[in-house]
Amino acid sequence: MNRRLSPRPGEWIDRSRPLEFHFEGQAYSGFQGDVLSSALWANDVRMTGRSFKYHRARGPYSLANCDVNAMVEDGEHTNMRGDVLPITAGLDVRAVNTVGGLAADRLRITERFSRLMPVGFYYKAFHTPRRLFPVYEKQMRKVAGLGRINPTIVARPTPKEYAFCDLCVIGAGPAGLSGAIAAAELGLQVLVVEELPRPGGSLTWQWAGDSAARGHLERLLMRASSIPNLEIRCATQVAGCYADHWIALVDECRLTKLRAGALLVAAGCYEQPAVFGNNDLPGVMLASAAQRLMHLYAVKPFDRCVVLAANSEGYRVASDLHTAGVEVTMVVDLRPAGETSSWRHTVEQAKIRILPKHMIYEALPDKSGTRVRGAVVCPLNDSGQPRSDAGWSIDCDGVVMSVGWAPTADLLYQAGGRFRYDDRLEQLIPGMLPATVFAAGRANGVFELDDQLLDGRRAGLAAAARLGRYQGALPEMSMHRDAPHSHPYPIFEHARKKNFVELDEDLHLTDFINAHQEGYDNIELLKRYTTVGMGPSQGKLSNLNAVRILARLNGRTIDETGTSTSRPFHHPVSFGHLAGRRFHPTRRTPIHDWHAKAGAKFVHVGAWLRPEFYSNGVLSREQSILDEAQHVRGNLGLIDLGTLGKFEVRGPDAARFLDRIYTGNFADHKIGRIRYAVACDESGVLYDEGVVARLAEDRFYVTATTAGSAVFYREMQRWAMVWRMNVTLINLTGQFTAMNLAGPRSWEAFAALTDVKLSHNAFPFLAAREGKVAGVQAVLMRVGFVGELGYEIHVPAGYGQHVWSALMEAGKAHRIRPFGTEAQRLLRLEKGHLIVGQDTDALTTPSEADLDWAVSDGKPFFVGQRSLAICRKQRLTRRLVGIRFAQDHRGPLPQECHLIFEQNEVVGRVTSITHRSTLGYALGMAFLRPDLAQPGRLVQIKLDDGKRVTAEVAALPFYDPGNHRQK
Amino acid sequence: MKIIHCPVNGPRPLQEFHYGGELRPMPDPDQATDEAWADYVFNRSGEPGVKREWWYHLASGVWFIAERDNRSDEFLRTYLYDGQE
Repeated sequence: MNRRLSPRPGEWIDRSRPLEFHFEGQAYSGFQGDVLSSALWANDVRMTGRSFKYHRARGPYSLANCDVNAMVEDGEHTNMRGDVLPITAGLDVRAVNTVGGLAADRLRITERFSRLMPVGFYYKAFHTPRRLFPVYEKQMRKVAGLGRINPTIVARPTPKEYAFCDLCVIGAGPAGLSGAIAAAELGLQVLVVEELPRPGGSLTWQWAGDSAARGHLERLLMRASSIPNLEIRCATQVAGCYADHWIALVDECRLTKLRAGALLVAAGCYEQPAVFGNNDLPGVMLASAAQRLMHLYAVKPFDRCVVLAANSEGYRVASDLHTAGVEVTMVVDLRPAGETSSWRHTVEQAKIRILPKHMIYEALPDKSGTRVRGAVVCPLNDSGQPRSDAGWSIDCDGVVMSVGWAPTADLLYQAGGRFRYDDRLEQLIPGMLPATVFAAGRANGVFELDDQLLDGRRAGLAAAARLGRYQGALPEMSMHRDAPHSHPYPIFEHARKKNFVELDEDLHLTDFINAHQEGYDNIELLKRYTTVGMGPSQGKLSNLNAVRILARLNGRTIDETGTSTSRPFHHPVSFGHLAGRRFHPTRRTPIHDWHAKAGAKFVHVGAWLRPEFYSNGVLSREQSILDEAQHVRGNLGLIDLGTLGKFEVRGPDAARFLDRIYTGNFADHKIGRIRYAVACDESGVLYDEGVVARLAEDRFYVTATTAGSAVFYREMQRWAMVWRMNVTLINLTGQFTAMNLAGPRSWEAFAALTDVKLSHNAFPFLAAREGKVAGVQAVLMRVGFVGELGYEIHVPAGYGQHVWSALMEAGKAHRIRPFGTEAQRLLRLEKGHLIVGQDTDALTTPSEADLDWAVSDGKPFFVGQRSLAICRKQRLTRRLVGIRFAQDHRGPLPQECHLIFEQNEVVGRVTSITHRSTLGYALGMAFLRPDLAQPGRLVQIKLDDGKRVTAEVAALPFYDPGNHRQK
Repeated sequence: MKIIHCPVNGPRPLQEFHYGGELRPMPDPDQATDEAWADYVFNRSGEPGVKREWWYHLASGVWFIAERDNRSDEFLRTYLYDGQE
């Protein structure tokens, strides 16, 4: 049966473009411009989904992006909502949340047990006996949750866009458009965001029965399109409002991050349902949904229907339905006095019976349980309770509800607004709004079309005034004059308890009463216990009724009851819009390209990319690393240290400053010498280390760890300010680059390339020199970086590649090879050098790391000194020690972070380990209880599989304990 | 995302900044008891009200002081450190 009406002005469907699509395997036809729900309804398909918990039949209810029981999937996308999913040629979708298809859904059976599944059922039932929980969990995961994810789909990156405007207007209805025009006429850059595919808001459906509405819409759109600084984005939803008007806009293909100077919310209201028996049956719908079916999609909602009304909108809908050829049996009005406006006369003229002080007790399902076949009407007594004994049934295939409105409040809440309940309107309206946030139209409680246009203009001018673009007078705020448009309590008991307050998660009135009895008498508690408002529609159709119920149960007002917090997102947002395309800047050293050509495998270290090792394509990773390390020990290696933090500290207070920053002594530090330096934070925890070279009386060159240098520099800057010292800090990390030439043959290779005298007396161990390397001015340091003779060479970054190439060339005769961070780590581990952040954690003091030698007690002050004095009074609980394994060890070895046990007590943790070293055995470092830390002691380390291996505590360093090789 | 007014760079988005904690005077390490020192090092006040805080503009390396109302998360004033504890 085709329910399509004859063509009507303003309809959104394009009858010249028919489309075929599939739903639940069946072919149907619709038109371009249809949504899935409208196209199905046009084909007389009313059930579009099954409910979440009881698998009850559900159909179009709001047609306003709240129909979360009408969710479908196409194998790629899931949980698309039928009331907003445009149909396209070839669309092939199935309902989610069914077993065996929509019509035969085998999970219908759950409803039979609904009496056994009161609110809180999951919390109460599935925790004992505990050993069965995995069974419960498996079953629940199968039943709970909507839609299936297809893991084989290839992700498509979603673009992100940034946009800016003076005023963002949410909603392109009469109030929003007139506000946008008023502001744009004053020169503001205005962006109007409309979630529907076309602008017009209520003009396109609510007022559409009135030919004057089309005139208004045409006039507004014509004016809007003539202003170049006014943009309207349709089919774009506001996902959330964040701090300082940072607004997330989502459309089909992109996420836009909009920064607005001011925000005008003219997003209208969500029509609210009445609560009565079977008020969820397909065929029971909001009046606004029936109007959308008729006016946007030209679909006849019913053949014969009854209207449940508590406001003049209900009478307008009755008239619209009558005009569309629907037989409106009666208007059942909850209000004792019925309608007092002229709409009453209009309805009477159409010979529609009006029944004031009556209600609909229940909708009656047909045999399949998926369609309305009638309704029971009954009178209300003087206290507003239904007299169900006096009820009678009538035949109809539709029940229309028009009982009230709730503002689209969440975006205003997110923007910092507060709402208050207006007793004359029986509606929440904005009570307090931040200075740059404005509301207009129906959300303000303005219901007449002319008033809405005025209210929009007022808000647009007010926004312009706030932004300093308008100095004139502001129109008065439109005040509501007539009867309320919302019923204070459209909620009624039902004997068989099939009266739903929340359709997302199948909550009936009784669930709320039970929750309240169990003590959940606060709105936030009630929300969490019943899960009202926690479903995909975020309570757009249920929060207000939940508040009304709780207020009545507590004997409080709506304001006293309050509402739960509104958080993004306004509508569900697909993960594709949120994932991927994050901004991860990566730093590369000047020698990066050379490394890449030499076969380097790169690794991220902080923000940097460093060569982990160089692959010749033959050797394994592990073998390549060991090879590089052995080559450094035996011959000559070169490593890129461009990622080190590099700073110059200069000025009359430079030495005094470093004395306070580092634990060591720098006041008596001789020019031309370098010192190892450790920095602690105020709690005495070691957080960075490096070397300090004194180049002149008032000039130091300082290095810091690759990953920690940004934090170290930041802290140096702050202390320099706090201490008011005459010191200049220059961050040379990016301006300079560094490399270390290491190995027994480094002297021979290097001598030809520099004018600095390299003899032991002229340039001893731990000395710093300035001179030329390959013609480039450089700072040279003799450090024991990897435990061999070596030179650290610092040059301006721009010359980095030149110097590197010169060293590689000069080293050729000495079989020079580059080595990467893994070989560096291995070589340094053999020398017992710790890595801050790997061998230390957020609580490690220098004492625990055996670095007391680097802490000077004779100084008046350094950062962390006072805390270390306190720590020293306490017993040391762990020490960093070396661990080694037997030369002939076979079988698995521990990994970093594996725990060390003494019987069943945890006594330590492995911090670093290498399974192959140049010494021929596996070795590492570990934190260990101090009483177990003597070299030679055996300890047990527990592996992933629970087995234990034995390691021996070893003295550090493992390699060259006398440090003869590096000197 | 919030906008913070750096005294040197003007209004910039929050992600360009690092929060450096409340501006708190350091007790004299030579005079303070162990308890008073530990209190300074480890305890922070979450008391509602206007806080004076260190903020750092990451891109340019500027430390400054912000007066922020932690009830509304509103930045009332930002200025370069002037030595006032």
